[in-house]
Amino acid sequence: MTSTRLPAPSMWRAFRAILWRDLFVTGKEFWVFLVQVALQPLFMLFVFARVLRAGGYVTDAYAHLLLPGIVALTAFLTALQTVSFPLIMEFSFTKEIEDRLLAPLPTAMVAFEKLTLAMMRALVAATLMFPIGALVLGSAPWNQDGLGLLIGALLLGCWVGGAIGLCIGTLVPPNRISIMFAVILTPLMFTGATQYPWMSLDSLRWFQIVTLFNPLTYLSEAMRAAVVPEVPHIEPWISLVALMVAGLTFTIIGVKGFMNRAIS
Amino acid sequence: MNPEVEVTELVKRYPKRDVNAVDGLSFAVERSEIFGLLGPNGAGKSTTIGVLTTRVKATSGAARVAGVDVVNDPVEARRMLAVVPQGSNLDRSLTPRQNLTFHAAYHGFGQLDRNARAATMLEEFGLDAQADIKVDWYSGGMAQRLMIARAMMHEPRVLFLDEPTSGLDPQSRLFMWERVRQLREKGVTIVLTTHDMDEAAEMSDRVGIVDHGKLLALDTPSSLIRGLGGQAVLEVTINKAPGDTTDDVIAALVAIPGVERGEAVAAGAPSGGPPMAMPTMPAAAMASPPVTSPVNGAGPVTLRLYIDGTAASLLSPVVSALSGRGAELSNVHIGEPSLEDVFIDLTGRSLR
Repeated sequence: MTSTRLPAPSMWRAFRAILWRDLFVTGKEFWVFLVQVALQPLFMLFVFARVLRAGGYVTDAYAHLLLPGIVALTAFLTALQTVSFPLIMEFSFTKEIEDRLLAPLPTAMVAFEKLTLAMMRALVAATLMFPIGALVLGSAPWNQDGLGLLIGALLLGCWVGGAIGLCIGTLVPPNRISIMFAVILTPLMFTGATQYPWMSLDSLRWFQIVTLFNPLTYLSEAMRAAVVPEVPHIEPWISLVALMVAGLTFTIIGVKGFMNRAIS
Repeated sequence: MNPEVEVTELVKRYPKRDVNAVDGLSFAVERSEIFGLLGPNGAGKSTTIGVLTTRVKATSGAARVAGVDVVNDPVEARRMLAVVPQGSNLDRSLTPRQNLTFHAAYHGFGQLDRNARAATMLEEFGLDAQADIKVDWYSGGMAQRLMIARAMMHEPRVLFLDEPTSGLDPQSRLFMWERVRQLREKGVTIVLTTHDMDEAAEMSDRVGIVDHGKLLALDTPSSLIRGLGGQAVLEVTINKAPGDTTDDVIAALVAIPGVERGEAVAAGAPSGGPPMAMPTMPAAAMASPPVTSPVNGAGPVTLRLYIDGTAASLLSPVVSALSGRGAELSNVHIGEPSLEDVFIDLTGRSLR
């Protein structure tokens, strides 16, 4: 049988092409992306650090403690939302993902591509937040020695955020998309030790325990350990291990959910 | 030569369902064949296409596309096949041209190659003037054309078309079929599902009729139609002579050699019974007088005669028999059976 087909492309080639599609679309709407990721943390920084400080309710030290927490929140939520919202839409309404599900690569790789994209977008968001935060606050804390921990924690934290997004994107039915905010996002945002150090919750023991179930807590704690090490924090290695466990757990659940949606 | 599409004892049962969506289905499609998969809604067509296109996991059985086992090697199978779904699944974040180039990129085509192919395809499908606008602005027909162009970007050997012309205007429909025929000439094998029986009969080299997940018939459209019992139908609308009954008239007509059986369709209007394509008078029901009386009462009545042979040759003896009884003939239809009759005969009349 004569055929003009090309030799089989490697699945990495397909993976790269799919990732390029998502990066291309992000680039096409980069301003949308920027507004999406930066607006909420900007307001948080502004109100918590500038407005409350002007009123004398908080100190400069609090502003420096808040910034790493807000960067953690931005990275985590950007990763989560990069995966969850588009997936809910693409699997139910637009079916846009079908063309990629029929690309010559294992279906699970399409899920891993989403995770990769989530991490890339979240890292860009986190990187942007430091200078933007410094502008809002007037200064930003910096600790050269903590750079390795900072990068490692961010990578792991973005992965966890993306993996949770994968779970939400494949397990939340499309008609529940609005409830998702109230039931999932809001508790995640406020139990993640982003606006307060975990150690400071000693007098509120029950809440301190609740926050331990939120992976974001470990990202925030590790970020503070890297940037403002003088603030009491959970031992970094505990935070990193917790992030790894959360990442693995949610990736397994998320990829399973993805496979169930992609192949019936 | 091995068949391009081969389904063997395929079974699919969805979780928490007590019946099999596909229940031991087997068929084979040869290279460069247009194969129509027909069946009522929920018959298992889409599930079968789903298995063949690696989107549905088979419960048991085997399915091969272009010699590749879709169950064990879905990645390789995806290189061999392409799907045009019923509704649009175009990438709305991309322009039409980018929909084509990115599809080719997913399938490993280099940049120069995919740009050139996209340009050719857009021209071939009459979309080159609107290649760089928003996909959202496309009409249904244009979206359909773009999806076929996209499907062909990676040179698949087998193309699956799910209800390809539903919702298209006649121009788009004709264009579509012209393209499909051209693809066949290029050696592409085409598997389509449709509800449009005339279209299936005209386009498909062979059709498989599926219901409740099982294959009920598989042959060329003309053989299937020939195989239908009571090959032709003659419908006559008459005003009986006073005192005559419908049953007696039918008895007299069935006595004519070649008339296999007869029935009163309705008083007046020919309704009920299998719908026959009426070459002489397309809108049979509309052409008939309204229902005015019960079957055995006075007034016009329509009788359907099932003829063994051609209906036209029995026209003269039927007319003589009727005038011999003093019945007044007001309307005659000669019905040739169609694929739709085969379909209804096999799958029944009940709604799904």
